Formats: sequence, structure tokens, C-alpha cells
Amino acid sequence: MNKEWTHLRELESESIYIFREVVAQFRNPVLLYSIGKDSSVLVHLARKAFYPGPLPFPLLHVDTGYKFPEMIKFRDEFAKSIGARLIVHRNEDAIAAGAHPLKLGVARCCGQLKTAALLHALEKYQFDAAMGGARREEERSRAKERVFSLRDAFGQWDPRRQRPELWNLYSGAIHEGESMRVFPLSNWTERDIWQYILQEKIPVVPLYFAKERPVVERGGTLIPADNALHLKDGEKPQMMSVRFRTLGCAPCTGAVASCAASLEDIVAEAGAAKISERSTRIIDHGSNTMEDKKREGYF
Amino acid sequence: MSINVLRFTTAGNVDDGKSTLIGRLLVETEGAFEDQIEGARRENERRGGKGIDFSLLTDGLKAEREQGITIDVAYRYFATPKRKFIIADAPGHEQYTRNLVTSASTSDLAVILVDARNGMVTQSRRHAFIAYLLGIRHFIVAINKMDLVEFKREAYDAIRMDFIDFIERLGGADVYCIPISALEGDLVTEPSPRMSWYNGPKLLELLESIEVDDHQSERPFRFPVQLVSRPPGQEFADFRGYMGRVASGSVRVGDAVVVLPSGARTTVTGIVTQDGRLDEAFSRQSVTLLLADDLDISRGDLISSETSLPAARTEFKATLCWMNERKLRLNHRYVLRHTTKSVRCIINEIDYRLDVNTLDRESPVTELQTNDIGQVRIKTLQPIVCDPYDANRQTGGFILLDETNDTVAAGMIQG
Repeated sequence: MNKEWTHLRELESESIYIFREVVAQFRNPVLLYSIGKDSSVLVHLARKAFYPGPLPFPLLHVDTGYKFPEMIKFRDEFAKSIGARLIVHRNEDAIAAGAHPLKLGVARCCGQLKTAALLHALEKYQFDAAMGGARREEERSRAKERVFSLRDAFGQWDPRRQRPELWNLYSGAIHEGESMRVFPLSNWTERDIWQYILQEKIPVVPLYFAKERPVVERGGTLIPADNALHLKDGEKPQMMSVRFRTLGCAPCTGAVASCAASLEDIVAEAGAAKISERSTRIIDHGSNTMEDKKREGYF
Repeated sequence: MSINVLRFTTAGNVDDGKSTLIGRLLVETEGAFEDQIEGARRENERRGGKGIDFSLLTDGLKAEREQGITIDVAYRYFATPKRKFIIADAPGHEQYTRNLVTSASTSDLAVILVDARNGMVTQSRRHAFIAYLLGIRHFIVAINKMDLVEFKREAYDAIRMDFIDFIERLGGADVYCIPISALEGDLVTEPSPRMSWYNGPKLLELLESIEVDDHQSERPFRFPVQLVSRPPGQEFADFRGYMGRVASGSVRVGDAVVVLPSGARTTVTGIVTQDGRLDEAFSRQSVTLLLADDLDISRGDLISSETSLPAARTEFKATLCWMNERKLRLNHRYVLRHTTKSVRCIINEIDYRLDVNTLDRESPVTELQTNDIGQVRIKTLQPIVCDPYDANRQTGGFILLDETNDTVAAGMIQG
């Protein structure tokens, strides 16, 4: 047996296999690129899968207009550095109408700026498979998610129509109008992701590293406060050493108090973390669960 | 950081305490987070319970939480400094056979829960049999609820003898039996002074140390081709690579190989990865192979070692597990997916149906329905390059799709 066969090599090899199955089985796949650490790993693995050839699919970023400026800068530089084709799609009507979580509520805002925008982009470009960085470990409704997850003609997920997945036989058979969401990182945990980023020296957005940043505390979550538009009346920012465990929209992504300023620190922190990373995402709180959002077509 | 992965499945009846055991493993290895644990505690209190109900940590979907049932296979993760664990958790309800077949197909080990009060019951045998059928040869029998039999050795001894006897009748496997109390924590990750008569490892220690690599790398080399790599650009004008994941065995640069089903012979001239060229690729590695001759090779072909060739077959017997509400139709066209190949096929005969409780063969039978297991004869339109499932899980397993594209059955090719 191969002595170098670590858990990271096993996960890497499985993900590469999944990427190749997607390209073999679908006409027009796309990689959903969210700029976060999981997306960084996803793209890294995709490049390994098709080396020495180029990426055989574009990257799609669904931009809500509320992403951190550091994220947009990183996205553009990163896509350029690897020579990837980057498609940025926004729900311009909703953005023009001033969609904001403080105005619409988190669920409706996400529904318009993320779910509707994603479904529209998939439709517009006629993508039949969309690969994303979701992991089963992230949230309990995802524990049963398939690697190849079938969506109907409306982009919706029906738990009863999901197919059993045996061995490594991933079935991409679909009818006209249906599509597949594919999750090559299904079996990775947050800890695996950081260990792999460290091992492979994968670039990630600097927001993951701890730094003094202005924040306000709202409902037990530390919300970044560098943009006054996202603050409620009476909220006063304070400076704290914080970092982000997950990256979403600025008004809805909580930071965590941390001094982890290097990858090594983050790996150590991820190993000892007591709270799940999705707890910093306001979208996961409230009555509309991840399961409900998934049924509607959210990633 | 140099740890490996153990994929295992867990089987047990509704009341055997399986969710409690998994919940405890997750909590005690910090595979579950405080906010998730807190959520499970709050939910239990809302329903009038007290403390943490570990099973609430593992019940995934809203629909099933509300109804208090679990359907479908759930995947759970935890790690210790020694190993990463992937649990394929099959719930113990009516869709049981289908779920256990699915979860066992990707697992190397099965943890079978048995209630110490009840001993080996029909379902325990069924669980062990299905796991065995899917090729699992490492079993941990977690004899649970020892607290309810006053931690007495007799209950443990009786179940241990019964289980070993049953596995011997199936053909033998590696079996470990551990007395535990998932609810109180005895011998899961903590020692149990109350069972000082037991001298073996705790459950977690065993999971960390058990060796499940059944010499997959020493088996004949099998490499199903996923894609052909022909990158654009002048620098790659002569580049023609075959992408895939080594299903079994290993291959070295310079090795003679055979491409099937054509039977063409050639030599491996390079093993390409983004991290550099390799001299040798092992089972489970995703690589791109370069060959000496310019052959017509495409997805669905299989590159094999020169000796111990797999068979190219259009007719074979298979054990089938039926998974769909629509029953098996004899002589109806199905799509058979095997390694990276898809072919049309028909099932022209059902030899027998297995009673998974008694292991009796029922025949004649004219249909198989959901959760039935039977032996059938299959005819394919084009040959598939395969090994018997007993010899190779990767090249011996297949699925069937019907015209709706649903996966309706899982099959294992017989020798």
C-alpha cells in the first residue's frame, strides 16, 4: 500500500474523479464560484483534474452587490491568474429596487439576490450541471445530500426524487430541462479544507485572517461595520480582532473573535472549534431553514 | 496530519440506540459543535424531554424530524488524531434493505448494533447478511444497552457466539464484539469499570486501529477510462492521456497493459499529475496515463494488467437488489451503468429471490419489488469488462436505470 496515502490525498482523488465524471456526462457544466475558501479548494481540485489541459468549464459568480470589496478584488485577480473564464451574474432589477436584508428581511433578500439570480443565470447560459462547494458536514439538512443532486425544470430539489448513490457510480442521466447540482467536496470537513489549503498553499481571501476590524454585535453575532448603510439606528462600531469563518454578504456575515493570523493558526483553530461555521451565517437562522431554501433552488 | 480514512456503515433497529451511539461518537470526538448540540437539547426540551437526546443530532431533514422517523442514508464525519471517519448511516425502517445496500457499497466496515436484552434477532442477521453481500468483511458488533442487563458477561458471550457462528456460515469475516452502553457512555470512548471482565479495546480505539485495506493494491491492475485528455495548443500536439482513478492494483511506468474490450496491448509511458510525473500509481489514485501506442481508446474502456485479465461479458448472473417502487420487468430494456460505461440490457430470468431473514431461496418467482434481493440473468447489448464482485467491488458492481432515469437496482456480478 501507498504509505503517502493520507486522508487529504483520498479526498482529493475522490473529488478529481467527480469532476471528471461531470465533464464526461454533461454537455454544459459550470463551477459555482463563491470566492470563499471552499470555492478556492474547488477550483484548485478542478485544475488538478484536467491538468495539463485548461479548465473545461467557466466559473459563475452570483453577485449580490453586497460582497466585501476584498472578495471582489480577490475574485478578479484569481480568475485572471489562472486564465479561467469568469461569468458574473446579478439580479440587476432587485439590486436597482434597493433589495437589502434590513428592508426585506434576510430570507426575501437572499431569495431575490441569490436564489432567483442563480436560477436565472443557469437558465440564461443553459447550464445542465452546476458544481458547488457545499459539504455534508456543514448543516444537518445536507447530511443526506447526494454528490449528484437532481433539480427539476424549475431548479427545485425534491427529496423523493433523489437517487441512491452506490459505489462510485454517479448517474448524471437527466431529461430535457432538468439539471444537476454536483458537490465534489461532499466528504470534506472544515478542518480538511483548511489542512488542504495549508498543504497546497492555496490562496484565499484575506478576510479569513484575523485583523482589527470595526464590528457591531447584533443578536449574538459580530457584524462588520465598515459600511454605515448596513447598520441599524443606534449601533456603534467597536474595533476588535476578528476573522471570518465563512464569507457571504457583508450585512449578513458574522465575524468571530480570533487572533488566528496565519494558515497554521487557522488550522489549529478549526481543529478546536466548538461552534459550527454556519452559525455565523444569518441566513441559517430564523424559521426558513436551509432545507426550505434548498427546495426553492438555493444552493 | 498523516492520517487515513475509514468509511463505515452503521446498522441496527430503531430501538437499538444507533442514533444515540453516533451522536455520542460525534460529541465526544468533537465532530458535533456546541450550537448543534444546544439545538438538539432545546428541541428535546420543547418535546418534553430532558437533557441531550443524542439522536436529535443525527436526524437530518425537517420532514423526518417532525415525524420522528429517519429515511435515507445520512453521512456523518468525525476525526481523531489517528483517523478521519466517514459514517454512512442507514436508518432502520421499511426502506431498510435499499438504504443499507447503498451505505454498505461505499463502506469497508460495518458496526452492527445489537440490543443486549434481545440477543441476535432476525434483523441483526439481516443487517449482517446485507453488509456481507455488499462485500464488507470487517464487522464490529456493538452489544448495546449493557446497563439494562446489569453489565453481565453472559449476555455478551451469547451474542458474540451467535454472531460469529452466523458470519462463519456466510463464509467468514473479521469480527470484533464490544459490550457498550451508548446512553451512559461505557466503552464507547471511555473505559467501563462496571465491565472489568472485558479486556478488549473501546469502540473508538478499535475504529482508530482496525486495518481494513484488504490488499486492494495487490490485486490485478484495473483502470476504467473516464475521459481522454487532448489539451489544445502546440506544446501538447502529441499529448494524449487517459484520465481515471485506479480501481485496484497499481501500475508503473514501463508496465505492459491491455486495453479492453479491444484487447490491444501497449506499455505505460507516463503517469501524469499536476504535482509532477509519478513512477507508480496505486489503487484509489486519480491520474492520467500515457501509453506507447496511439490506440482508439475512449470512456468506458478499461486498461488492465497484462495477466489476470477481467472478462468482457454480455451475459452473466448477478445478485440484484431492487430499489424502486416500479417492479422489475422481465425482458424490459434497462440501462446498465458499470465503471465508466453505460450499456443497454435486459433481465431475462429471475433464478430466485432471497428471503433476507432466513436466507432461503424462493423460486420460481416472476418479479422483484422494492427491497427484494434475488439472483437474475442479464444480457447486455455491448460487452462490459468486469470482474466478479467477490474479487473486485469496483469492477463487479453496477446499477440499473429505467426510462425515467431513476436508479432502480444495484447489482453484483457473479463469477
